[in-house]
Amino acid sequence: MKSLEELRKLRAELEKEISTRNSEGKPKIIIGMGTCGIAAGARDILQAVTKEVRKRNLDVNISQTGCIGMCEQEPLLDVQLPGQDRITYGKVTAGDVERIVVEHLINGNAVKDLAIARLEEGGI
Amino acid sequence: MSKITLTIDDQVVEVEPGTTILDAARQVGVEIPTLCYHPDLSLHGSCRVCVVEDLNSHRLLASCAVPAGEGMKISTRSAKTRKARRMNVELLLANHPADCLGCDRSGSCELQELTYNLGISREAVERFAGEKRDLPLDTSGVALKRDPNKCILCGRCVRVCEEIQGLGALEFSGRGFDSIVTTAFDLPQSEVNCAKCGQCAAVCPVGAITEVSSLDQVWAALEDPAKHVVVQTAPTIQVSIGEEFGLQPGTVVTGKLIAALRRLGFQKVFSTEFSADLTILEEGNEFISRIQADKNLPHITSCCPGWVKYAEQNYADLLNHLSTAKSPQQMFSAITKTYYAEQAQLDPEDIFTVSIMPCTAKKFEAAREEHRDSGFQDTDAVLTTRELARMIKEAGIDFVNLAEDRYDQIMGETTGAATIFGTTGGVTEAALRTVKEVLTGESLSKLNLGVLGVREAEVEIAGRNYKVAVVSGLADAAQVLDMVRDGKCEYDWIEVMACPHGCVGGGGQPIPSTLEKKRKRAQGLASIDQTNTIRKSHENPDVLKLYEEYLGEPLGGKSHHLLHTSYRVR
Amino acid sequence: MNPKFYRSHVLVCTGTGCVSSGASNVRDNLEAKLEEFGLQDEIKIVETGCHGFCEQGPIVIVYPEGVFYCQVQTDDITDIVEDHLLKGRVVDRLLYTEQGTEIRIPAYSDIDFYKKQHRIVLGNCGRINPESIKEYIAVNGYEACGKALTEMTPEEVIAEIKGSGLRGRGGAGFPTGLKWELTRQSPGEKKYVICNADEGDPGAFMDRSLLEGDPHRIIEGMIIAAYAIGADEGYIYVRAEYPLAIRRLEIALQQAREYGLLGEDIFGSGFNFDLKIKKGAGAFVCGEETALMASIEGQRGMPRPKPPFPSVSGLWGKPTNINNVETYGNVPDIMRGGAEAYRAIGTEHSTGTKVFALTGKINNTGLVEVPMGMSLKEIIYDIGGGVSDGRELKAVQIGGPSGGCIPADLLDLPIDYESLREVGAMMGSGGMVVMDDTTCMVDVARFFLKFTQSESCGKCTPCREGTKRMLEILDRLCSGEGREGDLELLEELGEHIISTSLCQLGGSAPNPVLSTLKYFRAEYEAHIKDKRCPANVCAGMAAPYVIDEALCIGCTACVRVCPTGAISGERKKPHIIHPQVCISCGICASKCPVHAIAQG
Repeated sequence: MKSLEELRKLRAELEKEISTRNSEGKPKIIIGMGTCGIAAGARDILQAVTKEVRKRNLDVNISQTGCIGMCEQEPLLDVQLPGQDRITYGKVTAGDVERIVVEHLINGNAVKDLAIARLEEGGI
Repeated sequence: MSKITLTIDDQVVEVEPGTTILDAARQVGVEIPTLCYHPDLSLHGSCRVCVVEDLNSHRLLASCAVPAGEGMKISTRSAKTRKARRMNVELLLANHPADCLGCDRSGSCELQELTYNLGISREAVERFAGEKRDLPLDTSGVALKRDPNKCILCGRCVRVCEEIQGLGALEFSGRGFDSIVTTAFDLPQSEVNCAKCGQCAAVCPVGAITEVSSLDQVWAALEDPAKHVVVQTAPTIQVSIGEEFGLQPGTVVTGKLIAALRRLGFQKVFSTEFSADLTILEEGNEFISRIQADKNLPHITSCCPGWVKYAEQNYADLLNHLSTAKSPQQMFSAITKTYYAEQAQLDPEDIFTVSIMPCTAKKFEAAREEHRDSGFQDTDAVLTTRELARMIKEAGIDFVNLAEDRYDQIMGETTGAATIFGTTGGVTEAALRTVKEVLTGESLSKLNLGVLGVREAEVEIAGRNYKVAVVSGLADAAQVLDMVRDGKCEYDWIEVMACPHGCVGGGGQPIPSTLEKKRKRAQGLASIDQTNTIRKSHENPDVLKLYEEYLGEPLGGKSHHLLHTSYRVR
Repeated sequence: MNPKFYRSHVLVCTGTGCVSSGASNVRDNLEAKLEEFGLQDEIKIVETGCHGFCEQGPIVIVYPEGVFYCQVQTDDITDIVEDHLLKGRVVDRLLYTEQGTEIRIPAYSDIDFYKKQHRIVLGNCGRINPESIKEYIAVNGYEACGKALTEMTPEEVIAEIKGSGLRGRGGAGFPTGLKWELTRQSPGEKKYVICNADEGDPGAFMDRSLLEGDPHRIIEGMIIAAYAIGADEGYIYVRAEYPLAIRRLEIALQQAREYGLLGEDIFGSGFNFDLKIKKGAGAFVCGEETALMASIEGQRGMPRPKPPFPSVSGLWGKPTNINNVETYGNVPDIMRGGAEAYRAIGTEHSTGTKVFALTGKINNTGLVEVPMGMSLKEIIYDIGGGVSDGRELKAVQIGGPSGGCIPADLLDLPIDYESLREVGAMMGSGGMVVMDDTTCMVDVARFFLKFTQSESCGKCTPCREGTKRMLEILDRLCSGEGREGDLELLEELGEHIISTSLCQLGGSAPNPVLSTLKYFRAEYEAHIKDKRCPANVCAGMAAPYVIDEALCIGCTACVRVCPTGAISGERKKPHIIHPQVCISCGICASKCPVHAIAQG
């Protein structure tokens, strides 16, 4: 360590390694992992999301939820950006994941053709 | 830095920064009682007897440890001080055997004196009655014995052995109430790296470490009509034994000492100075021959038995540097049971040899297997200065008022050179006086060696410069010996005495034994040397007669048999 | 690309407390299960240090949700993996249940035990992997050190610490900044810093937890101290009985060297510093600074008189700054957040927080960090969950074996250095032992004194001999042989030992006796005058046990276990206990299947 700058630069990198432990003010991706969801292939979606976030070096929280009663729409994937409404995407395929991540998570535009519901901020 | 001003018992005193309260108090004539404190040793601060009250803060301070502070208002006799001081002594007494009557240190015990001075009652101690330490005594040694139950854990013995002697034969062990002072692994003291110098006994404030007494044997020999009891007195006894009878250290009482011994019933009273001169002749010639052969240099003296034992234990690789000449005590005894027996027409078996020594290691030396060259144990009994004083007291002899007497003939002649054997540097000076004169016919000018640390001098003899070193105290000796071992040493001659300041500071000398007293004893020896008409060993007429009539030449066959010895690795 | 991204982090506490309740197996099983379910690339296991809530161990926390699972056993792992990590369903039965309620609380921060705490020193404990310098750096680690070394002069660092009001957390409460300043001002080229981690109080484990959970914090604090006083070498003196703390410190030191945070020219500042670990052999007295330094030097651990203080003449005779683990642990936060912010926590003269080890008859045993000045009541009831088994609080013993006992009626006492001293206790290193009404205060005093007496180094008279005599008096009281005048003698001895001992071990050893004598004198008197132990603790004086004849079924279970043969009776008929023979040991009561035996 030869300067304070060097330390700070290093820290900026390292903070990402433990960012999973911090959820405040971060975008969230929530995947329906009820029996219905898993039966419809939600496990693949979860893996695809993880892979995508890792690939694009994003600071995002990924969590799971149970059945929300829309079993016929499974696999379900919700995206919630800080301070914005929570958008639910239905019948998501592994192929859709990249699009949702890029368009919604990175660029902030909900992917309208896949979205099936909108929950107001603070809901659930 | 400016001076510090404080008051002690209402007296204003001004001291240098860093002066302890204890020393500051002494400047105004206030003696604060102490127990673990010893002027020649490092600060320990454990007994808490020297506490005094600072009337500003009302806190109790250990005066031996705390430096005087500006504006302090010290009371060494406030009710709080006296109570605390007493209670610490009471606590010590509650764990101390109540057998003052049978203790060797009764009368010279600091704890006993404190108990009296502080007015401690039996009841005050008994309220703390409970468990007492109950450990076996260590009587394994021929010179010293330890009674761990009397130990008050002041640590003086630990410190003197570590700091002055560099041995560390004694250490603290255990915790809490089970704390004791003991040897490594609790081994018997006869099995540890101990030089038998007795410095521990000399600094012990109580009777926890004392010499193994030979008084009974000596009394028995004196009572035995079949025994011819011969006594020799080491050079320092004449300047130290007076202390036991209230005289100042260094007071020369040679004549009274001889008179007392005669009254006790010793048939012949001789001086070890006779054999000190003999040692010089043997060792001086040995040194000359080593120089000529350039062998076993540096030459190291061997008259101190503590040093010899220490060397055998710690510097076995250097034993060939030690003079093979016996110590004056052993030369004396060997000659007594041969030459003297012949002269006096006595059967050596009937002769009982006693030596009065300032030393505890001499007891060990006398018991060595090597010292039977007369065909008998050469030295039968060794008494320390303290033991002899006790004997004189038992016999009811009014020592101070005795008329002066003289040593007996044939082994009683003394020289100034032999006298100064008793102080550090003396052996060297005595040897060089003879060596120089034997080789050149010129006399030696005063060496002016100091008394502490490693001291060096250069002496020119017959065109060659001799480099000599003198050291007393084994920790300092180790420094020089390490240099010899590492080959970094240019000395031709090294004198080693185990005890600080030499024999005047021996472990068998009157207690308390401080550097201050040792200096005065050494001054007494110097005054004898200066007033003696014979000041060189080779001029001692009794010694010359001995060679002429019996031994022949120094280092000759008979000399070699009776006056030289060998060493062993321990 | 962030190959280090895992969608979930599972934190498993592997502090000594959790490991002893099975955390290592939990961790191993978790690893196996993750592989079994193919989750190893999505989920990361992080081993952490102690959370302090040791009562509830092993503790597992799942992020990003931050769900706090407690008392997790190996068998519970399948549920955590299958339900939570895969399906997102929280495993309810493993959640913490608040004392006296049925409510299960999933989030760490909502648990009462944590709500009132203010965790600065323990801030990272349980939240980062102590074996990873990266995680420490990621949570602002070494920022304070970098700032101090590159942007501040040593004098400015000292001014900041002085301004914070930080005081020594090892017990005495000496102002840390002042200590640093004195050491800096002492003449000498060579100086040392030492961290005192010779935690020896029975029941205390704050230093251990901190070293196990966040070793880099201590290293950082020491680098800053070394820079401030001008030292280039330091020692961490840890008990050899703390193998995990030592291992994690060794790893941390190695990492710090690799990152150039120890060694030469740290942060390009030209400042050199390195640290060594010295293992202590477990002597309590080595916590005393001069004894500790003697021990590092290879001598017997024995205190020496002060002055000279270590700041003037310490290790190998050189000026030395010696602080406790927790003290150094505060330094990085002070330097990062500033003295003002730190001062805002706690009270005027006792700033910041203090870590306490809660033990004894309390529901939430563990390690807590609270702002100075918090009342004893808040700590015991709001954080500690109150006295266990619903019993009545009798006293709290604070400050380790040489602390004092504070009675229940002083519960509103604010915990700071001065208040504690006023009531005859002391901050000590932060042990807090809660005692209920089944505790005999004479017995308690005896327990602590026995400890200090046997750990006394034996050097000075009052401590070696005096505490022994006090102990003998207490032994006699507890066995019903107390005499008139014993209490006065105890007080006289106690005050004497405090005022004349060489070091603070002796200087504080009588505290448990004197404080219980002060607040529970009647209990002592009962032992002497009535030969009775009111709490029924002291053997020989406790009331004998009696059998309720109405309940006894004559099964003879009691007869078989009674060590003195005090019970007799016919089989299948009510038995009786002979009071003269009964020694009140209580074994019979514990074996009775129908609870027919009780103390009379």
